Amino acid sequence: MSTLTDNMPKEPLVPNKLSTPKPIKPWKATPKQLLPDFLGAIVAVVTSLVVVAFSPMAGILGFILTFIVISIITAASISGIRQDRKAAANSVSTMVIYFLAAFVLLPVVSIIFEIIRKGAPGLSFGIFFDDMSVTASDAPLSEGGLLHALVGSLYVVVLATIVSIPIGILTALYLTEVKGRAAGTVRFFVQAMSGVPSIVAGLFIYAVWMISLGGTYTTAAGSLALAILMIPTVARTAEEVLKLIPTDLREAGLALGATQWKTVALVVIPAARSGLITAVILGTARVAGETAPLLLTIGGNDAMNWNPLSGNNSALPFYVWKNFGLGTETGADRAWTGIFVLMVVVMIFFSIARVLGNKKG
Amino acid sequence: MNNERENEMSETKTNSLASIAAARTPGTTAMGVGLEARSVHAWFGQKHVLSDISLDFYAGTVTALIGPSGCGKSTFIRILNRMHEFIPSAAMAGEVLLDGKDVYRAGVDVTKIRLGIGMVFQKPNPFPSMTIKENVLSGLKLAQIKINNADELLEDCLVRAGLWSEVKDRLDQYGGTLSGGQQQRLCIARSLAVKPQVLLMDEPCSALDPGSTLRIEETIRDLSKTMTIVIVTHNMQQAARVSDYTGFFLSDGGPGELVEAAPTSHIFSNPKDKRTEDYVTGRFG
Repeated sequence: MSTLTDNMPKEPLVPNKLSTPKPIKPWKATPKQLLPDFLGAIVAVVTSLVVVAFSPMAGILGFILTFIVISIITAASISGIRQDRKAAANSVSTMVIYFLAAFVLLPVVSIIFEIIRKGAPGLSFGIFFDDMSVTASDAPLSEGGLLHALVGSLYVVVLATIVSIPIGILTALYLTEVKGRAAGTVRFFVQAMSGVPSIVAGLFIYAVWMISLGGTYTTAAGSLALAILMIPTVARTAEEVLKLIPTDLREAGLALGATQWKTVALVVIPAARSGLITAVILGTARVAGETAPLLLTIGGNDAMNWNPLSGNNSALPFYVWKNFGLGTETGADRAWTGIFVLMVVVMIFFSIARVLGNKKG
Repeated sequence: MNNERENEMSETKTNSLASIAAARTPGTTAMGVGLEARSVHAWFGQKHVLSDISLDFYAGTVTALIGPSGCGKSTFIRILNRMHEFIPSAAMAGEVLLDGKDVYRAGVDVTKIRLGIGMVFQKPNPFPSMTIKENVLSGLKLAQIKINNADELLEDCLVRAGLWSEVKDRLDQYGGTLSGGQQQRLCIARSLAVKPQVLLMDEPCSALDPGSTLRIEETIRDLSKTMTIVIVTHNMQQAARVSDYTGFFLSDGGPGELVEAAPTSHIFSNPKDKRTEDYVTGRFG
């Protein structure tokens, strides 16, 4: 049994490097193996249609409900017949997860579709170069524009981000790296703040800035109100991200004789960079569409205002709110276009942040 | 001068390894082929990492896979129990026969394959939310196997893993409370509970102290009476001590290849290939 030759590597039939076989993935299901699943899906659709036609279950809702039940049963039967009960249970849970995922996607897709459908007709080159200062509320869509709101929105969001990033991330560093005496209290207040209704943030700035300090409506006041909403989101997300950085990394830095400051700045933060950028994105997402705090702080404007430190200004959510309130048909159309532009701007921001976050080095 | 001394030293080393290996007489416990790899190739994306590996693993023996880092040993044993496919870019070619049937054949239930070919990982990984007892029996729960004599099985597995005497009074404590070596033996006991035919071990002792390593080696020797064991190791002494057969893997920058496979005593006393000799005598790797 224990002869040398028994266990020697078998000589390849053709001792030639060129005879390397083709890489395959035998674990991937072949079309033939997928055929029963495909047939099962067709059976589920047809059966559901039949059930809907000959039973009180009517309409799209009835079809969807019937389809879900029937496809789960079909999937379970197919796996049960082909393999065993365990496989059937696996199929049921897979199908349930697919349907739940579809339910989550449904409202998102529906909202995006509706915004594009109603917002796109109002889009034109001109709206990005004009404001509403000399346009009547019922003027045709070809007149006026939303440049003032776009610029106002960029101002408030960028300023709020500039204020929130350092405060939010430093708070997170205090909680995870410094672990100071007040960490528990700070964490409690950060969590409490993230539940504050946005109008309260607006009221706070209104009370402090306008009433106590006698200030006026400005873009800067609006961005401060947004920063109050953004800081807790950034801080909480950043804290979670920093907690995921292994202690080994910190110890490796400290063991090289680095100070805590240098370790955090050169080891911990770069390691967490992608997650920290996500934290900032989530914070920005929280405030980009906020209307309530802006109503009380930026005052609204139909004309351009390039100065963020003085005078009323508008913002895209504000523009949407105002145009819906006008009650005219073109007003509603302008509002939909405003929502569309806001959505696109936010998406562009996020894509840029993602690209920056994923870049290595 | 220097060279001479080196040669002398390496010779002593070879001899001692060979004598350790000679103490293991392969073949006496062989009960036929347990697992066979036939012309196995592996790729990650376009990178060809393993080329044409054919190797038999005899039932009732321990086969050690040795070779420098990055030569594809771990990839190879992950192919044996179909763990390779979890890496999205992975691809392979060839066959792995368990009881003469390809584990990659169409329509095979992959969970049953992994039930038959167990695995112990480099780092001890007991389930943190489970007690020692639950850890050992977790495989049954995960694979939905019902048994009547759970306590018997628990004791049997822990005894065979060489852990019973140390934990019999604290079976309800969490697995994380054990030392590293004990955790690894707990992981071995966990693999045994589902009664695999084959046990794959990917450097099971690399994170452990020498004492724990010796305990695990004893465990492996005991287990090999009833099952097929494949162990990847970087420790030449370990391969010599524990294995009946040894396969030497090497990559010259290209895909990893099986340079030589033979009874362990041959690999350490008179290897056929110059490269094997250089490696086992510590001249490189």
